[in-house]
Amino acid sequence: MSNVLSLTTFLPILGVLLLLFIPKDSKGVLRNVALAVTVVTFVVSLLILTGFQTNAEFQFVENVPWIAAGPFIMRYNIGIDGISLWLVILTTFIMPIAVLSTYTAVEEKVKEYMICLLLLETGMLGAFISLDLFLFYIFWEVMLIPMYFMIGIWGGKNKIYAAVKFFIYTMVGSLLMLVALVFLYFKGMQAGIQDFSLLSFFTLKLDLATQIWLFLAFAFAFAIKVPMFPLHTWLPDAHTEAPTAGSVILAAVLLKMGTYGYVRFAIPLFPEAAHQFAPLIATLAVIGILYAALVAMVQEDVKKLVAYSSVAHLGFVMLGVFAFNVEGISGGMLQMINHGISTGALFLIVGFIYERRHTRLITDFGGLSKQMPIFATIFMIVTFSSVGLPGTNGFVGEFLILLGAFESQLRWWTIIATSGVILSAVYMLWVFQRVMFGELDNPKNQKLLDLNAREIAIMVPLLVMIFFMGLYPKPFIDKMDPAIKKLVAQVRVASVNAQMVPPAAAQMQMPEGHPAVMPQMPAGHPGGAMPAAHPATEAAPAPHAAPAVNPHAAK
Amino acid sequence: MDMILVPAVNMTPILPEIFLSVLAMALLLFNVFAPGGQKSYLAYFSFIGIVGAAVLVGAGWGSHVESFSGSVVLDNFATFFKMTFLVAAGLTVLISDKYMEREGCNHGELYPLILFTVVGMMLMASGTDLMTIFLGLEVMSVSLYVLAGFNRANKKSNEAGLKYFLLGAFSTGFLLYGMALIYGATGTTRLYKIAAIVGQMTLPSANIMLVAGMLLMMTGFAFKIAAAPFHMWTPDVYEGAPTPMTAFMSAGPKAAGFAALLRLFLVALPTLQVEWSQVLWVLAVLTMTVGNITALRQDNIKRVLAYSSIAHAGYALVGFAAGNGTGTAGILFYMLSYAFMNIGAFAIIILVAKKGETNGNVSDFAGLGFKRPLLAVVMTIFLFSLAGMPPTAGFIGKFYLFSGAIQKGYIWLAIIGVLNSAASVYYYLRVMVYMYMKEPTEEFDWVQVTPSIALALAIAVAGSLIPGIVPSYILQFAQAAVKLM
Repeated sequence: MSNVLSLTTFLPILGVLLLLFIPKDSKGVLRNVALAVTVVTFVVSLLILTGFQTNAEFQFVENVPWIAAGPFIMRYNIGIDGISLWLVILTTFIMPIAVLSTYTAVEEKVKEYMICLLLLETGMLGAFISLDLFLFYIFWEVMLIPMYFMIGIWGGKNKIYAAVKFFIYTMVGSLLMLVALVFLYFKGMQAGIQDFSLLSFFTLKLDLATQIWLFLAFAFAFAIKVPMFPLHTWLPDAHTEAPTAGSVILAAVLLKMGTYGYVRFAIPLFPEAAHQFAPLIATLAVIGILYAALVAMVQEDVKKLVAYSSVAHLGFVMLGVFAFNVEGISGGMLQMINHGISTGALFLIVGFIYERRHTRLITDFGGLSKQMPIFATIFMIVTFSSVGLPGTNGFVGEFLILLGAFESQLRWWTIIATSGVILSAVYMLWVFQRVMFGELDNPKNQKLLDLNAREIAIMVPLLVMIFFMGLYPKPFIDKMDPAIKKLVAQVRVASVNAQMVPPAAAQMQMPEGHPAVMPQMPAGHPGGAMPAAHPATEAAPAPHAAPAVNPHAAK
Repeated sequence: MDMILVPAVNMTPILPEIFLSVLAMALLLFNVFAPGGQKSYLAYFSFIGIVGAAVLVGAGWGSHVESFSGSVVLDNFATFFKMTFLVAAGLTVLISDKYMEREGCNHGELYPLILFTVVGMMLMASGTDLMTIFLGLEVMSVSLYVLAGFNRANKKSNEAGLKYFLLGAFSTGFLLYGMALIYGATGTTRLYKIAAIVGQMTLPSANIMLVAGMLLMMTGFAFKIAAAPFHMWTPDVYEGAPTPMTAFMSAGPKAAGFAALLRLFLVALPTLQVEWSQVLWVLAVLTMTVGNITALRQDNIKRVLAYSSIAHAGYALVGFAAGNGTGTAGILFYMLSYAFMNIGAFAIIILVAKKGETNGNVSDFAGLGFKRPLLAVVMTIFLFSLAGMPPTAGFIGKFYLFSGAIQKGYIWLAIIGVLNSAASVYYYLRVMVYMYMKEPTEEFDWVQVTPSIALALAIAVAGSLIPGIVPSYILQFAQAAVKLM
């Protein structure tokens, strides 16, 4: 029980070993074994959920020596708190669905495909549970390899370009992060820190100039992964070319690595720099929301449309996270999970029609609802969830994000971002209308079969989660609440220090008369889980409170 | 001045060298008098001899013995590098047999020459006198010139041999001139004495003879380790030489060059560290960038690895420029890992190539991934290790090299290093793209894995993966090696 986290993480690797002994022609056995492994992993991960105590501490911690040589000490240090808990569960939850979605979609090289999927699962879980920065980096990089092969081997026409672009984009960012990581280690060493443990680095006090450089390196790596405008260009390629299961995992989990990286590493490690850059990042997030929505609107390929909608959704997450208050970050975390579920579902839906028609062009469809009523219903629910209709999961996350961001220093950004909600409704409903309604005039569409039992079985868990999280998000928010409060407190302490330093970016963009202290948030929002009054609202920094001084004088 | 006297000779420090020399000469004689055209047994004897030498070398770990009045030393530094050379030579011997037979040049001198090369490299690593280092270098180089041109029926191989010889001799001139100037400036060729004399100079960096000597020696070694801008010979020689010899040249002599350079600069000229580390800084940047950018445009896989080998020398120079414990230990670790991963990759190239060195383009790997999955996976491991992806030895090695630079404060050098590393990923990925993402044009039915190549591949995979997952032991050895120097 004590090492259930390790068990969850490395079960897929055991599955890989198992798969190696199965002949590659027994495709059915390979699929079922892979499915069984992911299901068992999910069940084991539920032990984490049930054993999780609702507090702000890291739990299920395992901490053993790993590498000790020269100036470096790396430890196998893992554990989860409320922030990573749900991402771990999301990963183990999505994986069986992803495996199941490949049963008819992947006919070639099944064994290799399943091995890639399982390796990917270990990589993703490892990154979410690492509390040692070096260990995190290893998992973060290892994840790239199976994903690269999934896009490159089983992808579409342009697969090689997309796979290489995905790999190199991510690699550039993460290597710069590695330099920052080592630099941070040596800074820590001067202060008496002995290893790469994240918790020790939280206690490290860095001067603002150092923080800014390190934050930039980390933020760059994570921004590529999120992806944030203007570093998002790899995503539409990767998504469009990847096989369905690859897109699902990419959207549902891999993109969360970026936002998780901000929440877990970049912000708490360098809080003052994070405050400095909040306006800039919020600006990029808002541009991302609007730009991606507009681009999504004119896409002819459904999959590309969904890919761009991902960019927009992740923009919302970033906006929420950089509000630095409990609502914003809770909303961001919740939206990460929501996006995983609803965008994952959308990619599955695109996969279903692609398997039937081998095209994804919107103009090739129309009137499908007559021929495929079950499909139409499911598509509609998922569309609503993606748009953020009340009652579905998308609403709760988006609402909390906007609420949090509005009450923070990012009020004006929020006002602009809100129009993104409308835009998302426009492009999602429009594509739904063009695909599902109208005349069923294309003869190829007239004999389409509705979803079969396996496909429905894939979608049901996702639909259940859409409604469950939409109607009763309390358990989700409750579990993550203490950890988020702790994070907000961590960031606030630093922001008080940073108040003396007006952020250069904020000076340009902040409107006049920005209130230093926000009004209390209104009580009783739909989740009902939040305490009515949040101390965090006072934490909003007041960038205009002091005249410009030398950053070094802030300490 | 040293008197000419017969010193108390302790043979322990050069026991492995003596053993290998005797073995090599015995094999030469054996080759002449033993009957038959089948020369495989020479490979087996050599391999067993190399394993034996490794035992001898390993037994010396932890001791510190000087001999021949301080011109040779047995210390951990020498031991670590000798192990690296033996790994390189052992793997080379294992992969040579099949290739030489296919190309019709399985002459018996091959294995003794490899052993002589190792003897030369070992002397370079354990030499503490300019003359010992130079003698070691010459023993190594002369054998290598022959090995590069070993396929005497092949024009390209001849060209490689001649080119290597001419440029090698030219660079030796630089080296010797540099040594002469150092001798002129200090009056001794013993490294420890040079250090003592330079340490007493009031302003050694203003001593033009000394600095010029240092720079000329650096130039000479830069030729040997193929650092830009002295790398021009590398691609042609690496492409023309028989593939197993290319593998050997890229791993063994490069490591030997670093061994000698490290000992020279860290033992004899530590007082000039500020000066030489600046030069190395520039050299590292040039070497990495030139190597990687030119590798991007290559189609012949031997040329890809040749240029990448230039880039790898650049990564090692990053650690050298840092000159601290982290960086130099990183060089030792990296050279050992590089021997495993690079010779492993060349072994796969040997398997895929056909007679007459054809089928050697990156595009000839198309579809290998699904026709010969195991070989492709093995190649993928080597390529990822070369690219520096975790969890491989290549990653840990680069991590320590670049960390050394960061620790020293050379942040920009580290950043240029990692960006280069990211660029290099492109051409390693390209091989994988062909292996896995292109349709096969061939059946690869001629690819036959002999037991000796299988053994080499197994050793190379273990050497590329295990130190990536549990690197502590080897890193600690490497650190102990540079500490005592």
